Amino acid sequence: MADTAVQSAPAAGSSSRPSALKKFFLHNLSAKVAAIPMVATVLVVFIGCTIWTIYYSFTNSKLLPTGKFVGFDQYERLFATSRWNVSVINLLMYGAMSLVLTLGLGFLLAVLMDQKIRFESAFRTIMLYPFALSFIVTGLVWQWIMNPTLGLQGTMRNLGWTNFTFDWIANPRMVLFALLIAGLWQGVGFCMVLMLAGLRGVDEEIWKAARVDGIPTWRTYISVVLPMMRGVLVTAVVLIGSGIVRLYDLVVALTNGGPGISSEVPAKYVYNYMFSGGNIGQGLAAATMMLLTVMIIMVPWAYLEFGGKGRK
Amino acid sequence: MSQTATMTGSAPATSGNAATDPRGPRPKPFFTPKKIMIYTTLIFFALYFLFPLYVMVVTSLKTMPEIRFGNIFALPSAPSFDAWVKAWTSACTGLTCNGLSPGFWNSVKITIPSTIVSIFIAAVNGYALVNWRFKGSEIFFAVLIFGSFIPYQVMLYPLVMLTRGMGIFGSLQAVIVIHTIFGMPILTLLFRNYFASLPQELFKAARVDGAGFWRIFFEIMLPMSLPIFVVALILQITGIWNDFLFGVVFAGPQNYPMTVQLNNIVNSAQGTPEYNVNMAATVLTGLVPLIIYFVSGKLFVRGVAAGAVKG
Repeated sequence: MADTAVQSAPAAGSSSRPSALKKFFLHNLSAKVAAIPMVATVLVVFIGCTIWTIYYSFTNSKLLPTGKFVGFDQYERLFATSRWNVSVINLLMYGAMSLVLTLGLGFLLAVLMDQKIRFESAFRTIMLYPFALSFIVTGLVWQWIMNPTLGLQGTMRNLGWTNFTFDWIANPRMVLFALLIAGLWQGVGFCMVLMLAGLRGVDEEIWKAARVDGIPTWRTYISVVLPMMRGVLVTAVVLIGSGIVRLYDLVVALTNGGPGISSEVPAKYVYNYMFSGGNIGQGLAAATMMLLTVMIIMVPWAYLEFGGKGRK
Repeated sequence: MSQTATMTGSAPATSGNAATDPRGPRPKPFFTPKKIMIYTTLIFFALYFLFPLYVMVVTSLKTMPEIRFGNIFALPSAPSFDAWVKAWTSACTGLTCNGLSPGFWNSVKITIPSTIVSIFIAAVNGYALVNWRFKGSEIFFAVLIFGSFIPYQVMLYPLVMLTRGMGIFGSLQAVIVIHTIFGMPILTLLFRNYFASLPQELFKAARVDGAGFWRIFFEIMLPMSLPIFVVALILQITGIWNDFLFGVVFAGPQNYPMTVQLNNIVNSAQGTPEYNVNMAATVLTGLVPLIIYFVSGKLFVRGVAAGAVKG
């Protein structure tokens, strides 16, 4: 990131020191004034609000964040609440499946798109348009398609397949797969676009060399091209991963956590405890756990990215 | 950061069709087994992606009896826009029955100022970060980018208290402020990278001629940054239009955006659900981002590739 801006050293650096100093400071003053929104966002929102949340997650705040310090009580209660545990397990299962399938299908489709096919831009348009739609729209469409009586299941049964079953949305065991179908529908196209950009970035010489060596195409993709796309892959994993942790709208629209609590997710738990459960401390503790999860995803990535840069 | 690499890489890569390849495949019979497999798979996925759109539109044009006794694939026997009219004007959200139109206008009222304010602030940030670096500016920027990965839920409650303290909680201003805050990381990144790619001589020449911070920004940088503005515009309009969480938390019931009203119409309405109205409402809500998508084409790809950092 920083390497793009290196050449743009402040103009004042080149002029003579003492006389330029005052001028330099004054000009920077207007830059500083202009950067106030950014500085405020960083200090107040990203740092301040996060610390506030972590701090108050150790209190017994109910309707207002005024409670007294109770140590890890909220966290103990959190992990004793079956709804939270179900949420976490759901997120883990959904997350694992979603990550693997989004990446897998994204890569597969990108490879297919890369075969000098006709109508490439039509296919890309079709695959990417769901990404323009909100999760609410996505969830509601699939809710209708998966409607057990009038949706796909009912239609197929009316057409003669009386045993056709597609009641995932109403089936606690299958509801995560319902979420998955909708989530993949929305996100795979985008992953494909990222991957395709990665594939197109691979040097044509690599392909020539592989052809000369008689390596089959699929083998070249898996063993040569894929490792070369590390940057794109890491980006895709981070993006998909942080999207998964935030999973909220889709659940609200598609299942609203049901049937029962079988499709609850952490983000929804936080929201419900903060804004309709009147148990702020509990919501904040859950939010802090979400933060922790993201940190576990992000810190290795940041280390890879910025650690690598430090060595240069 | 690797996002930037893919973002800038994706536009020329995806636009440069196979036509530029000097070797090109030798003319072959079109129906090789490989080709058939490729196209079959692609068409299968294309159907998966298109099916919901088809169902959504078709259902919205049917009458309820037709939905109840027909099948989900069938075209409407007598297409009618009654459900669309009802969805727009009189569908019930559980409390009121004014349809989606108030939500649409709320979304417009939220999206336009949020887009303008957030892009303007981010453009200034990016410009300051590239050309007017001050002590600590890079650190603030790094934290800003890192902060974009913090789940919104972590900052939600303190922000409610802050906006309440400012006296704007439950108003359009609150949502606009929130969208500006959370749009800042990605937009700043976008503008920073763009300004860094411009020739620095222009900036230096302007400095030599005595132009100041704002003058250079408005007279040199802005006129040159139209492409990135379009990308930012696409990104923000679709992102803000599609937002649900900030709308439901900060806007207050009077100002609920379209997504929130849509969800209320479909998921909390009383009585027998009218699927045609629900689907008409869903199409209507998806229409704005879809139009932007189809009009903007490749720029959208660039926009989302950049915006996905937002998650």
